[in-house]
Amino acid sequence: MAAVTDQMASGMPAVRRTPKGTFDLVFRNASFLAALFVLVLLAGIIAAMVAGGWPAFREFGFGFLTSSVWDTQNEQYGAFPAIVGTLSTALIALVVGVPLSLGIAVFLTQLAPPWFKRPVSTAIELLAAVPSIIYGMWGLFVFVPLFAAYVQIPLSNIVEGMPIVGTILYSRSPSGLGILTAGIILAFMIIPFIASITRDMLEQIPSVLRESAYGIGATTWEVVRYVLVPQAGVSIIGAVMLGLGRALGETMAVTFVVGNANRLSASVMDPGSTIASRIANEFNEALGLQLHALIALGCILFFVTFVVLVIARILVARVKSF
Amino acid sequence: MRKLLILAAAAVGFSGAVQAADITGAGATFPFPIYAKWAEAYKKETNIGLNYQSIGSGGGIRQIKAKTVAFGATDAPLKGEDLAKDGLVQFPTVMGGVVPAINVPGIEAGKLKLTGPLIAEIYLGTIKKWNDPKIAALNPGLTLPEANISPVYRSDGSGTTFVFTDYLSRVSPEWKSKIGTNTAVQWPVGIGGKGNEGVSASVKQVANSIGYVEYAYAKQNKLAHALVQNADGNFPAPDDKSFQAAAANANWNEAPGFGISLNNQKGAQAWPITSATFLLVHAKPEKPEETQAALKFVDWAYKNGDQLALGLDYVPLPAGVKDQVRNAWKGVTDPAGKPIF
Repeated sequence: MAAVTDQMASGMPAVRRTPKGTFDLVFRNASFLAALFVLVLLAGIIAAMVAGGWPAFREFGFGFLTSSVWDTQNEQYGAFPAIVGTLSTALIALVVGVPLSLGIAVFLTQLAPPWFKRPVSTAIELLAAVPSIIYGMWGLFVFVPLFAAYVQIPLSNIVEGMPIVGTILYSRSPSGLGILTAGIILAFMIIPFIASITRDMLEQIPSVLRESAYGIGATTWEVVRYVLVPQAGVSIIGAVMLGLGRALGETMAVTFVVGNANRLSASVMDPGSTIASRIANEFNEALGLQLHALIALGCILFFVTFVVLVIARILVARVKSF
Repeated sequence: MRKLLILAAAAVGFSGAVQAADITGAGATFPFPIYAKWAEAYKKETNIGLNYQSIGSGGGIRQIKAKTVAFGATDAPLKGEDLAKDGLVQFPTVMGGVVPAINVPGIEAGKLKLTGPLIAEIYLGTIKKWNDPKIAALNPGLTLPEANISPVYRSDGSGTTFVFTDYLSRVSPEWKSKIGTNTAVQWPVGIGGKGNEGVSASVKQVANSIGYVEYAYAKQNKLAHALVQNADGNFPAPDDKSFQAAAANANWNEAPGFGISLNNQKGAQAWPITSATFLLVHAKPEKPEETQAALKFVDWAYKNGDQLALGLDYVPLPAGVKDQVRNAWKGVTDPAGKPIF
């Protein structure tokens, strides 16, 4: 024991005496390589996708984005219904998911009694860890039949023949599968992310701010609206964008419940498809131009996600500058 | 250190030797259960294993063309010119049937009668309700609901879709001109389910739906099936006997590589939507011993695998067809031009 202490005592200064520069240099280069690896990986993925999708882009040109035909028989491919499906399911997920997530976060940080706060917080974190295929299976076997019986069929009967809503909410074959169902399942999937990040952000706001607001007679709503949300605004947008990113790219859960129709429909109750679901469906058996068209779809999804991230950055920067 | 390297090299060499003894194949998912069953029994007898990746017919064709496997497997047969272009030999292994599965409240399995043209009209969207006069005329004893039909199809590319659309193209000129035959087509109406399980889940849950699945799948999942009128005007029950009846009357030499369709074959008891599944090997393989091992495995399965196939609701090939296939294997040769089987 004494020997060990001696060794340590004599060893410590020895370590300190080694030229600092060497280790620093190695560490610096190693971390630089690690960072470079991400860029190389990204460049590699972009290059592979553009190269793989190029034959499809060359064949159909700009029409690939606007055409609604997906005909493996005559080798005609268009991405429009899949792009619309991807954006509309993600939008529905945000419309449903964001208010719920914010409500959860505000309730947990401001209103919940401690005995209730902990189980709900844990439940949210557990939800975030559930694999997406489980959401898909649960959606298909549990949610879809209930949704068909208690929402789609009654709603279709009510709106039938009405202008606008009669088109958007009318279901020709009330199967429970469709764009709206996929959007709702996606909302369930992104709620844990948005809620837990927002909760963490709200918790970091100094309590003196909140207490001062209450002190001058503000109501809970006023505190949330004028103190907490502006303070956490940037982070909330960041959390929402993270959720949006997940909603855009989600594959298995959507494939289970979206109905997988390569058609465009004016009704959110009708089956549709997203970019990710179409790739999941067809990649196995795709040959030739179809395979290139699928990779081109992947390219478009990549681009859409990139644009969303850029918009998020711009929003965050703008909010910060206020 | 050197010792370690030698050991490592020996280990790599050893595992390489073991893998070389295994037969490699890839492709169709439909016959995967029976290939796995055959492989299990074959390994017990010969100690030669099968490494089969069920990645889909398209993947199987890609891999055999790229020569990464000893055989590729496909549900939709390749055409003669494609076989010639890539120097491939094609032959059938087992058969199966496709059945329409229905979920119509009040109608039991095997009670509803349909014809091919009616199924085509349902999937084209021109027949919209179950109590359509055309369906009612065929089923005088049944009370059909006045409900919209929800057609369900396979959203992923699939041999089952190929067989089903091939059948509809044969019986409905409108289907042939508007939709055609393929592993995935442009469905004008309906909802898509991924895989047999996706279709059967949708049919089970969506009231007033109709789908199509492999017979084995419908049977194991207790889906209610409909009867389909065959070329002779009868309504046979879907089972191994009616599938075999479809194969018995077929002329297997009509297309190169046995690539015929068993759909809508003549025969009083022939099930109208039947097909074989196929294997592909190179006619002049770069590694003849691997292809030889694959052919020996298939030969063993032809001799000993019929009961195993029936147990899994597949249908064995008629004995005459098996002999024709063995004859066709004479076209598979080593570089010297000597048949390897």
